[in-house]
Amino acid sequence: MSQSSKSNLENPIVPHTAAVDGPSGKLGSIPIKPLAIIEPGRAWSPLNLKEVWRYRDLLRILTVRDIKVRYKQTVLGAAWAVLQPLLTMLIFSLFFGRLAGMPSDGIPYPLFAYAGLLPWTFFSNAVSNSGNSLVGNSNLITKVYFPRLIIPIASVASGLLDFAIAFVLLVIMILYYGVSITANLIMLPVLVVMTALLAVGIGGWLSALNVKYRDIRYALPFFVQLGLFVTPIIYPLTLLPERWRWLLTINPLAAQIEGYRSAFFGRPFDWPALAISFAITLVIVIYAGYSFRRMERSFADLI
Amino acid sequence: MRPIIKAQGIGKKFRIGASIEAYATIRESLVRTAKRPLDRIKGVSAVANQDFWALRDISFEIFPGDVVGIIGRNGAGKSTLLKILSRITEPTTGRVELYGRIGSLLEVGTGFHPELTGRENIYMNGSILGMRRSQINTHLDEIVDFSGVERFLDTPLKRFSTGMQLRLAFAVAAHLDPEILVIDEVLAVGDAEFQKKCLNKMNGVSKSGRTVLFVSHNTQALTALCSKGILLRDGISVCQGDINSVLADYLGNDRDAETVWERDKPGDSDIYFERVAVSLSGDQPKMELIVESRMRVKRKFNDSFISVDILDAGGGYLMQATPRATPFISFTEGTAEISTVTTVELPPLIPGRYQISCWIGSHFTETIDWVREIAAFEIVSSPSSERTYRHSSDRGFCVPISKVEII
Repeated sequence: MSQSSKSNLENPIVPHTAAVDGPSGKLGSIPIKPLAIIEPGRAWSPLNLKEVWRYRDLLRILTVRDIKVRYKQTVLGAAWAVLQPLLTMLIFSLFFGRLAGMPSDGIPYPLFAYAGLLPWTFFSNAVSNSGNSLVGNSNLITKVYFPRLIIPIASVASGLLDFAIAFVLLVIMILYYGVSITANLIMLPVLVVMTALLAVGIGGWLSALNVKYRDIRYALPFFVQLGLFVTPIIYPLTLLPERWRWLLTINPLAAQIEGYRSAFFGRPFDWPALAISFAITLVIVIYAGYSFRRMERSFADLI
Repeated sequence: MRPIIKAQGIGKKFRIGASIEAYATIRESLVRTAKRPLDRIKGVSAVANQDFWALRDISFEIFPGDVVGIIGRNGAGKSTLLKILSRITEPTTGRVELYGRIGSLLEVGTGFHPELTGRENIYMNGSILGMRRSQINTHLDEIVDFSGVERFLDTPLKRFSTGMQLRLAFAVAAHLDPEILVIDEVLAVGDAEFQKKCLNKMNGVSKSGRTVLFVSHNTQALTALCSKGILLRDGISVCQGDINSVLADYLGNDRDAETVWERDKPGDSDIYFERVAVSLSGDQPKMELIVESRMRVKRKFNDSFISVDILDAGGGYLMQATPRATPFISFTEGTAEISTVTTVELPPLIPGRYQISCWIGSHFTETIDWVREIAAFEIVSSPSSERTYRHSSDRGFCVPISKVEII
């Protein structure tokens, strides 16, 4: 370990041929360009999705861990994934469908409500879990390096299994009520990706804020509850007067929920609304991504 | 040869005081922002938020195959340096270039989950430390073998004993394959046999030509493993180079950090301690503690005697030296000061920081002055020269000289 000033002089300029990324393979071959540079961050650093991709094994394992741990030592296990939207649907069917006579676009109300509650349960669980994910994994953050974004992403991804399980019940209900399945269903994966992206954006951003402001933990459940009412889940979009309907397009989830129903029930899609929703989702995700990167630098010092 | 790690002028600043709290709430933030102009008028803010540099202007180069010990007292900035190198926290100033993949082990068992089985935790922990799944697969048998927990592999981790968890954790880490390995005092845990196993393993890692950065307070482990050293003191790199010379600097200088005590204002009693200096001489296991004390005499008093107490770092009593058990200091009219030198033959103490108190009295019930926990000395090497594993005060502070024969 010589003094740095001395060896700076004998730093030869060599054309760089070595691999820049990943393990250099054998020992002793020092790449010309550093594999990593550590320095004080600028206010806006690039997103570095490549790094997230490099750690995809960790993402997978964290997702599997979240799933395994969630239903460990529960009697009903994964049945909770179905019970949550199912019981909500039953209660809503009774109060809104039966007693209040809520319209449901000609679809039996229980099916109508469940079709909305299925993606909503996924979204709301994903946002609350990922919002609390960084704080819940503080032991990892202070002890190891990895792209922190993996933690909230894993929380969202682990919710997909619950979604799949609950989806089985929807299929059974569709068959029971004799609603025909149409080609519209091919849009389902696209919609799921959109909802997951939106959840990663919002949940990831909140999780980063939560590191510094623990208020998030208390505010989150409340706003998630509000979300249920500002999104057409228990009521159809058509319930709103025509001139106010545009208000709901600000809520990117609204068009997505309507989209799910179109996919399930073979109704025409509202493409412009979906396009706007997608655009808003992208803006949220990109903003959240950069914002996360900026806050990420101080996680270990603050958490 | 070109370095594998190149650090230039790295520094890390923390705010101390009320500024950044882990549990800040938005309300506090708002209140603080609102109050800031007010504080400025009152001139408060400058005092409330002080910057604290945990590291300052650290530069070094580490070459492939170096095994570097990072040495320093508690709070010298060792862990902060490791955290910066392992990209857990960002430096405030400076730049580090890494020319190899870095794997860090700042805590054994990071990411272990009690509900998951031993096998699942191996994959979990391995991937957190940056291993690929295929890599873990190829090493799985070795890991299981090294940890010795094969019977419990499919049992939830929460049923494991602490020792088993630890062995499993180290086993995973030991099979990490990065070009640069960063280790923070992980040997401080586990039983003696396991510590030895870990040391051997680490020795193997360094022999294989990997670069290792190693933080430890264990002088034996440092000399056994490392070729080079970096000495940190109060966040500043004071010495770099060959491990033995760096250790010598550490042992030589840091030892007398708190060894001199001087009273800042005159004492109340007729005779009081004014200055006490402690120093060590000799080598383990036969070291001597030399206590020089100077007493100010205000008024003539009965003949007196002194004693020196040795306490552990937490202030627990270990022993008391009473060189002469009857009064031997006599004061005549006009005596203004008395100086004494007390030599204490130390028993074979385990490494650690020890404090001393000094007492003067004319009878064991008649205290004239008693200055408590005023100075400290540090034992850095083990009393048993062949010992490579850590001492723990759980087993007492003294390692008596003993011998054994097979009969």
